[in-house]
Amino acid sequence: MLLETAGLTKRFGGVTAVNAVDLAVDERTTLGLIGPNGAGKTTLINLISGLLTADEGAIRFAGADISREPAHRLAARGIARTFQGVRVFKGLSVLDNVLIGAHTRLRPDVLPRLAPTRGRTDPADALALLERVGLARARAGALAGELPYGDQRRLEIARALASRPRLLILDEPAAGMNPTESLALRSLMRSLVTDGLTIILIEHDVRLVMGACDRVVVLNFGRKIADGSPAEIQRDPVVREAYLGSEDAA
Amino acid sequence: METLLEFFRTYATAIAVIGISALLALSVWLTLYAGQLTLGNAAFMGVGAYVSALLGRHLDTPFPLALLSGALAAAVIAVPLGVTVFRLRGVYLAIATLAFGEIVRVILLATPITGKGQGLNGIPPKTELWHIYLSLAVVAYVLWRVQGSTVGRAWAALREDELASASQGIDVRRFKLASFVIGALIAGWAGGLSAHLTFSIDPSDFGFSKAVQILVFAVVGGIPNVLGPIVGAVVFTALPEILRPLKDYRDIFQGLILLGVIVFLPRGLVTFLDVRRTRKLERIGAADVA
Ligand SMILES: Nc1ncnc2c1ncn2[C@@H]1O[C@H](COP(=O)(O)OP(=O)(O)O)[C@@H](O)[C@H]1O
Ligand SMILES: [Mg+2]
Repeated sequence: MLLETAGLTKRFGGVTAVNAVDLAVDERTTLGLIGPNGAGKTTLINLISGLLTADEGAIRFAGADISREPAHRLAARGIARTFQGVRVFKGLSVLDNVLIGAHTRLRPDVLPRLAPTRGRTDPADALALLERVGLARARAGALAGELPYGDQRRLEIARALASRPRLLILDEPAAGMNPTESLALRSLMRSLVTDGLTIILIEHDVRLVMGACDRVVVLNFGRKIADGSPAEIQRDPVVREAYLGSEDAA
Repeated sequence: METLLEFFRTYATAIAVIGISALLALSVWLTLYAGQLTLGNAAFMGVGAYVSALLGRHLDTPFPLALLSGALAAAVIAVPLGVTVFRLRGVYLAIATLAFGEIVRVILLATPITGKGQGLNGIPPKTELWHIYLSLAVVAYVLWRVQGSTVGRAWAALREDELASASQGIDVRRFKLASFVIGALIAGWAGGLSAHLTFSIDPSDFGFSKAVQILVFAVVGGIPNVLGPIVGAVVFTALPEILRPLKDYRDIFQGLILLGVIVFLPRGLVTFLDVRRTRKLERIGAADVA
């Protein structure tokens, strides 16, 4: 088990955004996290990635208790994520975005760089990552904020991968993508899992979730209401009631 | 040749002051580059000035060692201060660092060994032009190289988005603190140089108006690179000299020039060199100074 949460709870004032959630994610699998808007999906992954601290419950990652660790340490442990609605470093170059993603991996080079002959960080790995997520190397020098929205999404995934994480968390990566792009994302995810990565995918695109995930967890009002294979989830009457039914109708 | 020497002799003090201003502007550039608006560097300058002058006077400390001690004293004070104030952001952070400046001023005013309000007089004029410009060259070179390093990239990332930075493994508090402490070190060093240039110092030299002046140098010069603060310092230290013939109207013209620069080159004088990129940055709403 790469990631486990037990009784994870987070409250905002009167709202219990995440309510006693138990989660278990196997290594080299893709877990889908679905649920209506406001169900607590983003809050749950904010807890897992250390941007929020849980009020109750515990999180274990690769055998260690990480419940109280700050985000930057979790990144070093191998948890990488993207954000709902994209948060690239707009004013920096595409290449710098990816290099910052590699922060935990790169040796600090302040002292060596005091020698005037020392060049910048070798961009080879970063450029290869850009290509892997489907961004042209030629865009490496552009400002991240200049890229079309879909490309910023891809850049954010490249930035997350630059740390060579063990767990990649994607928060609604396909929002606003067309079917072709969404298909490319699905094959990228598959190849990443083949390479040994574990993925948590939050997504509203039911087809993408059912196609890409080994298991699916459904949240509603902060509670886990279902947990099973995509086929089981699709059959589950509780889920259909809470979520899929309305989605199918739409 | 003769006229050049004549020029240097006439303007020696002004040229020295320009160099020190540039060092101070670079000291605040560090935190601005990391997206943090701090106004403590005038006080750090004061710490460096008083510590180095007092060491020279009472303990006969050799000049280089006195300068270094002044700079280190400022840096050492910056550590607990930074740990405390970096809980805050934006204008609150600026006010907290200003408050620290006021505390330093009041302490200087109240302590007998500093000469209180009269200040310290008769500081030996040990600072030579080359001390200042060698310091400036070293600091500018180091900061320029740091900018392209892992640390410089982390600072730029902080300026853009703190939360996303933390998720990339950047220890946000540590990197903010580092920029603040290195800035204090530079400001303290500049303070020591300045004290041994002007013969006398008093607490009002390091107060609110100095803090704002340093900020203006850096912001008006521009923070995209280390050239910005230097250009800002040169222009706004030399301007009063250049505008001297205008006499009573000098301050008005200086204000108008400042206003013009801020309105037409809001990201600093040096962005004049790369107008297209600057336009783009503005269009996509990239992070600006703090
Ligand atoms: N920082 C916050 N402060 C207060 N309430 C929040 C905060 N973040 C999320 N919430 C609330 O928690 C609930 C879950 O939100 P969220 O995790 O964003 O849901 P989802 O990602 O599933 O749409 C919502 O009711 C939301 O309003
Ligand atoms: Mg969400």
